[in-house]
Amino acid sequence: MIITRPRDWDRIKANLSDIAAKRVFVMGCGQCATVAHTGGEKEVLETAERLRAEGYEVTGWAVGEVTCHLNGTKLESRKHRSEIDDADAVLVLACGAGVQTTADAIAKPVFPGLESLFLGTVIRNGIFEERCQTCGDCVLDKTAGICPVTTCPKGLLNGPCGGMWNGMCEVLTDRECTHVRIQRRLAEQGRTRNSTLEPKDFSTALKPGGVNIRQQGGGR
Amino acid sequence: MSRLRELLESGEFVVTGEVAPPRGTDLADMHASVDLLAPHCHALNVTDNQGASLHLSSLAASRAILERGIEPIFQQTCRDRNRLALQSDLLAAWSLGLENVLVVTGDDPRAGDHPHAKGVFDLDSTQLASIALGMNEGRDMMGRDLKGGTDFYIGAAMFPEAEPWDVQLARIEQKVAAGVRFFQTQAIFDMDKLQRAVDAVRPLGVKVIAGVLVIRSPRVVDFVNRNLAGLMVPDHVADRIRSAPDPAEEAVRLAAEQVRDIREIADGVHVMPLGLDTEVGRILDGSG
Repeated sequence: MIITRPRDWDRIKANLSDIAAKRVFVMGCGQCATVAHTGGEKEVLETAERLRAEGYEVTGWAVGEVTCHLNGTKLESRKHRSEIDDADAVLVLACGAGVQTTADAIAKPVFPGLESLFLGTVIRNGIFEERCQTCGDCVLDKTAGICPVTTCPKGLLNGPCGGMWNGMCEVLTDRECTHVRIQRRLAEQGRTRNSTLEPKDFSTALKPGGVNIRQQGGGR
Repeated sequence: MSRLRELLESGEFVVTGEVAPPRGTDLADMHASVDLLAPHCHALNVTDNQGASLHLSSLAASRAILERGIEPIFQQTCRDRNRLALQSDLLAAWSLGLENVLVVTGDDPRAGDHPHAKGVFDLDSTQLASIALGMNEGRDMMGRDLKGGTDFYIGAAMFPEAEPWDVQLARIEQKVAAGVRFFQTQAIFDMDKLQRAVDAVRPLGVKVIAGVLVIRSPRVVDFVNRNLAGLMVPDHVADRIRSAPDPAEEAVRLAAEQVRDIREIADGVHVMPLGLDTEVGRILDGSG
């Protein structure tokens, strides 16, 4: 899921004051931002309350089922058409994809209420770890299901850098070196690292990505 | 052919030193350091934005040292450049007469003086070594012929004290397979572990130059432990420096002892005098 955190409140207020917005509609997201406790119903209501306390009028709120889904967000916005029509701005508590989808779906100035951080794993409720760079050229088959591109701070493919000390990471000194973990898990599974990985194909990660499976041969 | 290669391959015990390019364009301090080290060293490493901190490029500084009459070991880190820039700099290095290249991954930018920089790490040191090897064979990493190739003597870093050793050894073997012919180690304190590393690579036919760090004061102990990635001064060494009436003299004595041990084990020694450049002669002749 996409991990988000609340955007600095002063920046949100500055965005609203840039267009002299007084009336705000708040949109949350029922997926990642709900799990991340940043844009679910609870946080949307808290944000609405905070806006009111700061003198804004909240014309309404909604939590899109999947805010990054264009048709779903259009449908959701139709349910709240008059509330949105009454608003000067829409504040979106979702990841950047959700904000952009909302901006496509609603003809109003749309502002981000969160910062999008990374694609992560929920370790426990409220504890998230970055696990994937969406690089389009997965090496997890070779690395026992541990991504060195993401979890090694230097993204090294082939083994520890010179800073590994007693199995710990040079950069994040309280964490075990990714390559030590990879080697251990491979050994536990009776596997060995049989080859040096070639330099990555970063053309698969060039922006913007797009996939259209309706077209023959879809893909990037 | 690189003199470093010639000496190592003929079995001579080699001495290398290290200089840092200036933080600016004034080469005076670097040259002063070169002049102090040159009489004692066969070649000098020229660091590449060491500690992820801004310095004059290793390429320009290596050439300046070559012109001063001592053989440089051009260092190249993967941190700051993508594969195009790295290859282009390798070609530049060869065209400038630099015959030794030491490929390293590089410290994380967060450790340096530009902590907001984007770390590139497009390649790792193994991959970069393999590209240098390809250039020696006349082609770029895409397999295309070069108009004029290189003949680098390719080196890399090794950390004999790092645990777990099997992970470290796998990395060393990888680098050898990628074309690395000599290793320079991080500062070594535990000679048994140096022996373990040398024994492991001996059958691979590559050379090991062991690093010695001159720790001239308790402050340097703290600096090393705090700032140099993956390096810890062991307690018995730290205590010796801290309790010495003249820590600098004790550091020279300690380094000289290490050099004597290393002569029995490795193919060479890499001296990092950390400001005690004037004492390198005493350290090397074991009279410290």
